Amino acid sequence: MFLLFPLAALAQGYAGLGGNADGFTAPTPGYQFQFPQDHGPHPDYRIEWWYLTANLKGEDGRDYGIQWTLFRSALRPSEEDGWQSPQLWLGHAAVTMPDAHYFAERLSRGGIGQAGVTAQPFEAWIDEWQMKADPDINALRLTANGAEFSYDLSLDAVGPLVFHGEDGYSVKSADGQASYYYSQPGYQVEGVLHLPQGDVAVAGQGWLDREWSSQPLAADQSGWDWFSLSFDDGQKLMAFRLRGDRGDYTSATWIDANGVGTALPDGAVSFTPLETQIVADRNVPVHWRVVLPDRELDVEVSALTPKSWMGTRFAYWEGPVFVSGSHSGQGYLEMTGY
Amino acid sequence: MTGPVVQALLSHWRRHWLQLATLLIGIALATGLWSAVQAINSEARSSYARANAQLSVGQLDEIRDPTGYISLSRYVDLRRSGWQVAAVLEGPVRIGDRTLRLMGVDMVAYPALPAMTQLEQSDTPPEPSEILTAPGRLLISPDLIDLFDGRDDLPPILVSSALPPEFILTDIGVAERLLNRSGQISRLVVLPDQPGSLPPLSEIAPELERQSPTSQIDTAQLTDSFHLNLSAFGLLSFAVGLFIVHGTVGLAFAQRRGMIRTLRALGVSMRRLVWITLAELIMFALIGGILGLVIGHLIAAALLPDVAVTLRGLYGAPVDGQLALRPLWIVSGLAMALGGTLLASGHALWRLSRMPLLASPGLQAWGGQTNARRLSALSGLALIIGGLIVFFSAKGLIAGFVMLAGILTGTALLLPAILSVLLAKFVRRAKGPVTQWVWADMRAQLPGLSLALMALLLALAANIGVGTMVSSFRLTFIGWLDQRLTSELYVTASDNEQADQIIDWLAPQVDAVLPIRSIELAHETGPLFLYGIIDDDTYRQNWPLIASNPNVWDSVLKGGAVLINEQLARRENLWPGDSLMLAPRHTLEIAGVYSDYGNPTGQAIVSMAMLDLVAPGAASRRFGIRLSPDRATEMAQTLRDRFDLPNSSVVHQAAMKKQSLAIFEKTFVITSALNVLTLGVAGFAILTSLLTLWTQRLPQIAPVWSLGMTRSRLAQLELLRSILLAALTACLALPLGLILAWILLSVINVQAFGWQLPMHLFPADWIRLFLLTLLAAAVAAVLPAWRLRRIPPADLLRVFANER
Repeated sequence: MFLLFPLAALAQGYAGLGGNADGFTAPTPGYQFQFPQDHGPHPDYRIEWWYLTANLKGEDGRDYGIQWTLFRSALRPSEEDGWQSPQLWLGHAAVTMPDAHYFAERLSRGGIGQAGVTAQPFEAWIDEWQMKADPDINALRLTANGAEFSYDLSLDAVGPLVFHGEDGYSVKSADGQASYYYSQPGYQVEGVLHLPQGDVAVAGQGWLDREWSSQPLAADQSGWDWFSLSFDDGQKLMAFRLRGDRGDYTSATWIDANGVGTALPDGAVSFTPLETQIVADRNVPVHWRVVLPDRELDVEVSALTPKSWMGTRFAYWEGPVFVSGSHSGQGYLEMTGY
Repeated sequence: MTGPVVQALLSHWRRHWLQLATLLIGIALATGLWSAVQAINSEARSSYARANAQLSVGQLDEIRDPTGYISLSRYVDLRRSGWQVAAVLEGPVRIGDRTLRLMGVDMVAYPALPAMTQLEQSDTPPEPSEILTAPGRLLISPDLIDLFDGRDDLPPILVSSALPPEFILTDIGVAERLLNRSGQISRLVVLPDQPGSLPPLSEIAPELERQSPTSQIDTAQLTDSFHLNLSAFGLLSFAVGLFIVHGTVGLAFAQRRGMIRTLRALGVSMRRLVWITLAELIMFALIGGILGLVIGHLIAAALLPDVAVTLRGLYGAPVDGQLALRPLWIVSGLAMALGGTLLASGHALWRLSRMPLLASPGLQAWGGQTNARRLSALSGLALIIGGLIVFFSAKGLIAGFVMLAGILTGTALLLPAILSVLLAKFVRRAKGPVTQWVWADMRAQLPGLSLALMALLLALAANIGVGTMVSSFRLTFIGWLDQRLTSELYVTASDNEQADQIIDWLAPQVDAVLPIRSIELAHETGPLFLYGIIDDDTYRQNWPLIASNPNVWDSVLKGGAVLINEQLARRENLWPGDSLMLAPRHTLEIAGVYSDYGNPTGQAIVSMAMLDLVAPGAASRRFGIRLSPDRATEMAQTLRDRFDLPNSSVVHQAAMKKQSLAIFEKTFVITSALNVLTLGVAGFAILTSLLTLWTQRLPQIAPVWSLGMTRSRLAQLELLRSILLAALTACLALPLGLILAWILLSVINVQAFGWQLPMHLFPADWIRLFLLTLLAAAVAAVLPAWRLRRIPPADLLRVFANER
């Protein structure tokens, strides 16, 4: 279980670690993204993820959500062939429905071909799980397999990539901790979920996040609440709050119906937990008020089910949500550090 | 009322403190030997358990390639089709002058190893990067710390007490470097959590085989027979110890009859007396038991290092040389002491409770009757027959031991009857009155002495039997070593390439170079080591075959047949003419069976070409060199210098034999130690019995004395009597011992180790043992004889007084 330590970084930050400690590269403003290379891994950064969530409707009329995530965590800023590769890979997958939440986890190291990402042709994989270009990142085939579930989905992108923060340089704290962060928020998804109660054909909307960094959180920050919301009018909002002893740090991107993103500064969006529930022995807010006065947005965000707990090596809450109020829609909520 | 009664009863022990000491020593010896064996067994088992716990052996399925190793790409194939498996690479690694077992586990796929968990919970948990990336870390148990001291060429160590001895745990990335087996995997552990749908193994990797835990042989199973052997010995010692307890308690109760009669006359109820006596016995049992535990712990601590060597040599099972004190061991030891004491004194206690109020402490008060002897003889016969029936109906190792136990105890129970018949014959043939009296008196003494004699019989038979087995084994083993180790030099190169270079260089200078190549197959019958040999007269002339077809060597070397070792032949009942499937599509005819001592695993020999066909990838680092013996030393040095080989990589035949014999000798150290202890206990039993009989002797001796025989003559006869009885018993023990030896060699050995040994006889050993027995009997009789010599005539006269 000692692998918990590097991965804990994803949830709790590298308290006290300077950006360039241990030789890792730190993100800097003004970075020019190169595609397709930047869809691939950046081994000289400490952590990185390929993070896909989707809100789906089943042919049975029920709501579903799926998650597919591949994390890369580097012990050292290099890559080597063989067992002693310093790159570790972690896969998380989940299917959520109103009355159940199934998840699975995979762990591997780089260097032997068991897990990894290639940029051209794009493929991200761990064990038999795949996120594979068909033929490029705008069209993906997504599979995952757990003890209770598996799914096989195809994704087609509508609209451009969206770069968060300052052209993809996303600041995470007042001290300047930052990551590179871009998304493809507009996938049309369809496919089949294989569940204990039978197969269900599903269709809906998916959102891919790509992020890498060497210093995601400041020393005082204990966790984050991250929202990706798609409204019925075609507009979207990515917003997060990093909770710290010195106060919260927020950041958001408003995406219009054409897929054009506008970065919103710290403090533009306010987040208020309305209701918490005991999930996995912790008090987790599953009902929120999110307000963005700038866009006349005042909505309540509530979980499809409070059970969306990822009881993985580092545990967090990740699940589909519904939006009501000034805008209505759906999306995904991720909460860490509870 | 109870207080004075207790005081009165205990006053007996104050007056007979030697008797008390004897009783306590008897209990302590019985408990001690038994506990020592148990301590050794549990220490060994805990070592195995720690080894097995490292990878949940026995609980998780495994995937192996029956022909050798699994490649890294096969592992990735399996993972990428969904199979949740963890890779393990293991093998022997030489550190300093020791060979340790190295296990490399994919710590990412299988992180919940007990040793790893222990380290993470320590104050200074290791960083993942330390474990997973070069140079990595070696996890070892505390006993190896010194070995790694100052070894800068090896990865740094981490110490965990959860690890078994002589064992290194590390990440697989470190293991493949240390073992020089890059890209190889020994086995895959199938992890408990698998996804819902998996493609079958046969689709992804048809050459791999999945094994359920039941078909894996673990160390505990392998060594069961060894521990059963030890337990049998412990039980034998326990039984002999109980004879002492029985004798002493019987004597004490007989001597206290007068006192008990008085107490009862004073109004103490029999019930109260029995309870108090019982409490007294329990107290003695506990005191003796604690003493026994101390003795047992000391014996176990002294023997454990040798046992560890044995287990490692025989089974490759590492055992910690350190002894831990376990609460369960203490409790069970005390329970054995208590149970044993009550068992040994139950008869006396029962008789006490049945004693009529006015019974006199009569002459025959404690001795047995003809009826008892007949009953004992009948039960003896029943036990022998029962043992035979069990063995022939059940077979197997335990059945073998049951037969052994039946024959031993049965014969022991028959002993009084046999001796009685013999002595009756001697009485009839005796000439003079004194001779006649001596024989008749001896016969009269039999009931009192019979238990001690039984103990002696058992100890002697065990000595002869085990001694014959060990010596037969040694003789066979030495002969076998001469046949097996024929090359003058044995060389281990650092890798295959260097081996090729050495062989090329050697070829023109020596008579022959014999490659020693082997590979471990995961065979359906358990692990199987497959060896390849080239055609050479060395094999044709020397190899120790115990069964073979005609033209056995041609059919192996040219015709693709196989030779198997005796262990495999007997276990699977495979003999020349049968066939053996080595791997799918490779079923070979068995041309011969060869004897093979020193390991319980299966072995097979094929031609070198066949080895490469069946299991490609066998290392070719080791080989033997045939050359004239007087050039061997010089050649060894030349090889070391020229190819920069360490001393241990070029070994002389003689050194190899010496090593093998040393392991062999160590193997039986514990057996001989227990043997000697058992004989000592038996000698002690005779002493206690003679002392017990002492009080009853006077009425029998006084008349003879009054007829004019001097006390010193009587004392001599006393000594002679003891020696004669011991001699008679020893004569009866010889055939019993030989039967025991035969069972050990032909039944137990076959079941426990898989080989049958020819029986050799060692009359010189018997004579030595016979003399030792006479000496023990004489020593045991010295004290009573000396007392008789010094007895005041008034005591003898008192026998005739009417106050008795």
